[in-house]
Amino acid sequence: MAPIAGYRRPFLGTQPDYLYPPYRSSIKRAPSNPLVYLPHTLSEITGPSFENEIIDVKACDLTKQHSAPPLGERIIVSGRVLDEDGRPVRNTLVEVWQANAAGRYRHKRDQHDAPLDPNFSGNGYTLTDSDGRYRFVTVKPGEYPWRNHVNAWRPAHIHFSIFGPAFATRLVTQMYFPGDPLLSFDPVFNGTADEGARNRLISVFDWESTVSEWGLGYRFDIILSGREATPMER
Amino acid sequence: MSLQATSSQTVGPFFTIGLDWLNRNELAGPGVAGERVTISGIVLDGDSNPVPDAMLEIWQANSHGKYAHPNDTQDKPLDPGFKGYGRIPTDDQGHFHFSTIKPGQVPGPDGKPQAPHIVVSVFARGLLRRLVTRIYFPDEAANAADFALNQIEPVARRGTIIAKKSSGTAGALEWNVILQGAEETVFFDC
Repeated sequence: MAPIAGYRRPFLGTQPDYLYPPYRSSIKRAPSNPLVYLPHTLSEITGPSFENEIIDVKACDLTKQHSAPPLGERIIVSGRVLDEDGRPVRNTLVEVWQANAAGRYRHKRDQHDAPLDPNFSGNGYTLTDSDGRYRFVTVKPGEYPWRNHVNAWRPAHIHFSIFGPAFATRLVTQMYFPGDPLLSFDPVFNGTADEGARNRLISVFDWESTVSEWGLGYRFDIILSGREATPMER
Repeated sequence: MSLQATSSQTVGPFFTIGLDWLNRNELAGPGVAGERVTISGIVLDGDSNPVPDAMLEIWQANSHGKYAHPNDTQDKPLDPGFKGYGRIPTDDQGHFHFSTIKPGQVPGPDGKPQAPHIVVSVFARGLLRRLVTRIYFPDEAANAADFALNQIEPVARRGTIIAKKSSGTAGALEWNVILQGAEETVFFDC
């Protein structure tokens, strides 16, 4: 076989370190040994594909999974999944999950004293199209308290999980909302040292996807690691 | 000017509401060729406490050493019933288990065969990025020449990613994820 072109490693500071003590849960879960560098092999440049899985068309509309619409402000969250060269990542699975409008997750371990909404499960998924586009309809998630430090509150966010073309491109992240006053106090958001990289986690209000008399649009583009140039065969 | 990959953020404690629908801990249906194995273990933190809010994702080749992916151009057969993907959240006691087939050998750098292995992503509350590791197999002669195992120093740490035979059932293996400390699992920069 020809030598393998791997995927690019992150720019300095653009990914969080494992140990970030202000995020308390990282203290006992971050590895203490340095990672062992692994050149990418066939095992890392391949990965699962879900193109042929049954995709429920309702799964991308989180407001239509029950008999009545959920409470809260309906929003449209859309964007593109691209690689670092700006090329669309097609037919890749995008999964989302979030709190309801009151800031409560439908999860047995979420004990926050805010109401559950019988009409909101808070999860969805879709495949990107041939331009790498995805689109979800949901409600704006509420902020909620957590016990990381005194009076700690998570800024409003939506969790995103994206596979991309290979094991090496797997990404789980969170999308935030513009102007959220809690962002500057949030240890998860601030765990990424590079300010530019941090700010790219904040969606932008988007007139283009906003639907008149119906819902506001937020745009969130997701960039996955790009492929190295193919090495020359010797 | 190149774009920069989006920063990773933790899956947090409540990821199962979004990710459970694609859980898969039986990777190989009845018609799939290969030696059957079940891999069980626990995820532990730096205080040896179980981690009940972690998730493993598995990726592996079929028994011929072929990945179900277009980037694998090897002239080896695909197994239509085998995709090679698994997703296994830990239970309330931090335990996980999955069943699959032992993968065949796939080429490493310079085309030399790697020892049979499964690649694994570990996600959890507290992990701002996933951890990447591998599962190798016990009593496997090819382990001695495996390039990834041989990059691990000190040598004693290599054993942390080689599964152990469990007593009793044939094909039952034990492999644990120790996130931190003296027995810490080897994690790769990948």
